[in-house]
Amino acid sequence: MSAEVKTGVAAEAVGEAPARDGFGPWFSRAVLRNGPLGGLIALVVVMAVLSGDFLNGQNLLNVGVQASVTAILAFGVTFVIVSAGIDLSVGSVAGLSATVVAWAATAEGLPVVVAVLLGLAVGAAAGLLSGALVAYGKLPAFIATLAMLSVGRGLALVISGGSPIAFPASVSNLGDTLGGWLPVPVLVMIVMGLIAALVLARTYTGRAMFAIGGNEEAARLSGIHVKRRKLVIYALSGLFAAVAGIVLAARLTSAQPQAATGYELDAIAAVVIGGASLSGGSGKASGTLIGALILAVLRNGLNLLSVSAFWQQVATGLVIALAVLLDTLRRRSAR
Amino acid sequence: MTGVKDDVPGGRELLRVEGVTKSFPGVRALDGVDMSLRAGEVHVLLGENGAGKSTLIKMLSGAHRPDAGRILADGGHGGHGGHGGRAEATDHGGHAEDGGAGLREVHIRSAQDAERLGIATIHQEFNLVPGLTVAENIFLGRQPRTALGLVDKKAMRAGAAELLERVRLDVSPNTPVAELGIARLQMVEIAKALSLNTRILIMDEPTAVLTSEEVETLFGLVRELRESGVGIIFITHHLEEIGALGDRVTVLRDGRSVAEVPAGTDEDELIRLMVGRDIAEQYPRERPEEPGAPLLRVRGLTRHGPKGAPVFQDIGFEVRAGEVVGIAGLVGAGRTEVARAIFGVDAYDAGAVEVDGTELARGDVRAAMRAGLGLVPEDRKGQGLLLDASLQDNLTLARLHRDTRGGLVDRGAQRREAARVAGRLQVRMSGLGQRVRTLSGGNQQKIVIGKWLLTDARLLILDEPTRGIDVGAKVEIYQLINELTASGRAVLMISSDLPEVLGMSDRVLVMSQGRLAGELPAAEATQDAVMELALQAAPGTTTNDESAMEGSDVR
Repeated sequence: MSAEVKTGVAAEAVGEAPARDGFGPWFSRAVLRNGPLGGLIALVVVMAVLSGDFLNGQNLLNVGVQASVTAILAFGVTFVIVSAGIDLSVGSVAGLSATVVAWAATAEGLPVVVAVLLGLAVGAAAGLLSGALVAYGKLPAFIATLAMLSVGRGLALVISGGSPIAFPASVSNLGDTLGGWLPVPVLVMIVMGLIAALVLARTYTGRAMFAIGGNEEAARLSGIHVKRRKLVIYALSGLFAAVAGIVLAARLTSAQPQAATGYELDAIAAVVIGGASLSGGSGKASGTLIGALILAVLRNGLNLLSVSAFWQQVATGLVIALAVLLDTLRRRSAR
Repeated sequence: MTGVKDDVPGGRELLRVEGVTKSFPGVRALDGVDMSLRAGEVHVLLGENGAGKSTLIKMLSGAHRPDAGRILADGGHGGHGGHGGRAEATDHGGHAEDGGAGLREVHIRSAQDAERLGIATIHQEFNLVPGLTVAENIFLGRQPRTALGLVDKKAMRAGAAELLERVRLDVSPNTPVAELGIARLQMVEIAKALSLNTRILIMDEPTAVLTSEEVETLFGLVRELRESGVGIIFITHHLEEIGALGDRVTVLRDGRSVAEVPAGTDEDELIRLMVGRDIAEQYPRERPEEPGAPLLRVRGLTRHGPKGAPVFQDIGFEVRAGEVVGIAGLVGAGRTEVARAIFGVDAYDAGAVEVDGTELARGDVRAAMRAGLGLVPEDRKGQGLLLDASLQDNLTLARLHRDTRGGLVDRGAQRREAARVAGRLQVRMSGLGQRVRTLSGGNQQKIVIGKWLLTDARLLILDEPTRGIDVGAKVEIYQLINELTASGRAVLMISSDLPEVLGMSDRVLVMSQGRLAGELPAAEATQDAVMELALQAAPGTTTNDESAMEGSDVR
């Protein structure tokens, strides 16, 4: 018992202190303390100062619309990353689901409701298949979902014959506004965000995600059916990807088989910027939303500032690196 | 190679540890430890589990740095300025300094620093790459190069062959390491250490996994190394090995170096120094007057390994309500594997596990949990805890499905339950939201046990329940075991800490090479009786080592 009293945290705390000196101590400390939200606010302030057009209501809603598809994809990817997996297939699963909806409704003339349900089911099934490859086939998640990325995109091209299919008008309304001002994609993003938050915080599967990501063996030894849970986790990711794909196609009023190419990387970036660890066990829906918003604000702001698309990519890369770097420092100082 | 050969007791001092202190969160692992090592000496480091031996040798091999105190060594520069000067004195034994005159303070910050100082460590877990050959492993990272910068395989093989001959290991340098048994792996490690011009060789329980002939071979080699002037730090739990091999003994207890005695010291005295207190006080077992009804019955449990050799074979025993049954045996005897099979973590090939007379499905953890079993695994951090999750999440993990209604988890109930059990176990915490990583080892272990209390488990399987936790917390765990059995639950306890098994168990099962070698009631279970059974070779079976040797004699 005596040794308890002597508790010396010193052992670990001696490690590297966070970079307190250097670039703008106030700024870095504020960001360090508040994490992703601080970063978003700082970015908004910078953009508002640099561009007079940024802080206008319509533009902010635009940012929301631009963030929506990435955010919905990223919510799904959050589940996977929290459980220490990775899902590279969400972009092409989104494209596939949208294509299926358009094909079923437009080409096959099925009722729109059935077409949408079919699209969602295809997304979930694609995720389920990835999950089965990971859980039962023991493939690394990177490989299983990389395969699904290719298969999904290929199937979208096969179904569509390589050309866009018009989206049914009633579904295209998803790309419109509600009451003349609130864009439906933003609404869908908020609803999916709330669902994601509920899943993560309150459901059995959500808590199992944290357990599996924190320590898969400990989760298994505590009676969690890790393999079954993985099926559900990847299926959820696929389902969210399908929703994102339908929202994207609605905005474009057509399902393009090449739509959402490369979006998986944006989604992963949003999750990671939002403070989740790729090694699993941590992550929040709110963080992921902030991550997606940071990416959207950056693109929107740089557009307003007429920065070339090429340089925008450079800036995005730097922001991803910086966000994760700051987060690492923050965690280390909190330890 | 010359110089200090024959003057064993008075050999030149190679290494001195002065007042070294090291704390980890919650535990003071080392508290002012002194020790010295001379050339041509086998210095035994003796102490109970958790006494600080591992921390000390990790410090000497560069894995930990002392909080206070000094380490002095002769020869090379211990990386004063990071990648400072390289050791200029590789010709060991060449220095003429006597006594401690040649010693200087060193800072061993990495494995490379240790290597530069001529310190090599043979850990219990070997540092070999299974897919590479013996020669490649020996020269890993320092392969001889040809003029073109390619690996000079010929020179490497020749060098390896020479080293293998020195350790009397009759295998080809081209043999993949994966094909070797444990004893041979150890020899490869020693050969690797020799190739590094090692002057200080640290061996962490090298005999724990060896058969008696293999131990003799090892001792022969160690004696030869000693003759050649190498200083050897030797950790063992087998007291009889001390007199056979050692020169001096440093005894560690609760992180302090309590004595330095000659190796000829009588065993009882060594135990007294090591334990330092009355066993009865340390193990407060209150034995039940009469055990209750049988709770767990294991019959003929058998599992074959990948090569056909049994992992465990024909294991059968019974645990009654209110009982503590201990499982003793050497590391690798199959104890953990049996525990995992009972709990449904791993499948088995034959036999049955019954709880209350009902047979459990094989390989189904949830079924075992439903029947009232709980497993506290040997590797607390690796298998028992979500280190970066909160106390609450950890405590309620095993009852997650129970707290779920219609897919939603009742977080309020979880918080209440976690608070209740944390209070009962007197977990020292700042709150239920505290991350488990920041708790001391003893409190972490309470969390793992608490997890099963929250599932109302009736039979707890504790695998090395007090490994690496300090003495005070150990006693609390023992008190908890008493409480559990007093309330009619049962405990199946695996432990490599022999005094603990003897002090806490009502019956002791001893395993040896995958078999149940015997069962001893508490009254008859003495260290000698248990060790005799633990070292007993299974009759007429091929041991793991023998099977591993097949195919390795490529030469």
